[in-house]
Amino acid sequence: MATRETATSTTAHTEAPGGHAKGPFPPFDPNVFAPQLIWLALTFGALYLLMSRIALPRIESILEARRARIANDLDDASSMQGKAQAAGAAYEKTLADAKAIAQATAQATRDKLAADSAAKRKMLEDQLNAKLADAERSIAGTKAQAMSHVGEIATATAARIVSHITGKPADTAKIAAAIAATKT
Amino acid sequence: MATGNAIDPIHQFIVAPLANIRIGGIDASFTNASLFMVVVLLAVTFLMIVGTAQKSIVPGRLQSAAEMAYEFVASTVRGTTGTEGMKFFPLVFSLFMFVLFSNLIGLLPYTFTVTSQIVVTFALAGLVILTVILYGLARHGTHFLHLFVPSGVAPALLPFIVLIEVISFVSRPISLSVRLFANMLAGHITLKVFGAFVALLLSAGGWAVISPLPLVGIVALTAFELLVAFLQAYVFAILTCVYLNDALHPGH
Repeated sequence: MATRETATSTTAHTEAPGGHAKGPFPPFDPNVFAPQLIWLALTFGALYLLMSRIALPRIESILEARRARIANDLDDASSMQGKAQAAGAAYEKTLADAKAIAQATAQATRDKLAADSAAKRKMLEDQLNAKLADAERSIAGTKAQAMSHVGEIATATAARIVSHITGKPADTAKIAAAIAATKT
Repeated sequence: MATGNAIDPIHQFIVAPLANIRIGGIDASFTNASLFMVVVLLAVTFLMIVGTAQKSIVPGRLQSAAEMAYEFVASTVRGTTGTEGMKFFPLVFSLFMFVLFSNLIGLLPYTFTVTSQIVVTFALAGLVILTVILYGLARHGTHFLHLFVPSGVAPALLPFIVLIEVISFVSRPISLSVRLFANMLAGHITLKVFGAFVALLLSAGGWAVISPLPLVGIVALTAFELLVAFLQAYVFAILTCVYLNDALHPGH
């Protein structure tokens, strides 16, 4: 330091009035240029090598890995979502199918029951109609039978009346013919 | 030089050898400046290499900081020079980190600010300009000289314009280096002067009551210097990108 100051003291009186530095303004001291440049070259060169060979490629790979991982995860998530949607759709379809089957079964059962009850009702009605017809028939028979006796009664009654009025037995054949004529 | 160090704001810039080394008659002494260059180198290496050693998918604090630095510089380079400029990314990144850490470490008390030496900043700026010129010539040959000949200029004006372009190109390394150097130098001198004020006022009897004023000032200035430290590193990096862009795409 001492030699440096004496060597340059004649040239530098512009800086630091009242100061104690006898050398030039330190940043402009050409004596320290060489060591500064040498050490700057060494350290900056080392820094450049370390950064370009190790640090920057490493960070690049880290960022790349992270990007890939995030993209992967997003892909996974979207495929999961697709699966979930497919499962949802399948569930909906199963549900709709089951509903359709249930409705069809219910409809078939309803139809069958309706047909059964219609058949039973028809059978019952037929039976009732048959019974009704029987009854009507027997009523008609009885009525006819009764009506057939009406002629005889009328003939006998008429004969009695005639014999009572005339005093002599009546001709029953003529009476029957007369009654028959009135009936028609 | 041992007396009055508390008040001498220039003392902090003195380069003093810690170990004298001479190689072939050239002074290659390991100085305090060299020491802090090594400190900067170790600090950046620690952050960028030790910090990323785990290569975690989910980064820790240190790795986060390293990745932030990477992405910050990468987006600056990409934004200024396009993806083509990414081949200069390691250079710009090293410059940015070196300048940033020099500036920041220099703000700590009792440290030496590597970037407060004009020879250091000029060497870095020279490296940038040399890269621009060599790459520009290697890639574009004489077409690189179109950088100095803007298209669409009236022939009569051309010599004048070319002269201006040449001057502007030549002044680039000077402005690049002086900007950083002067910012660091002025900032550290201001801090030192304010700090010395506090000490002077405290030892000046009744005036000691107003000593908190420069103390408040120095706190604010320190915050401001932190901003400047980052900003100058950023400016250095982005101007490097702008100049490299000229080498990649000469001709306006």
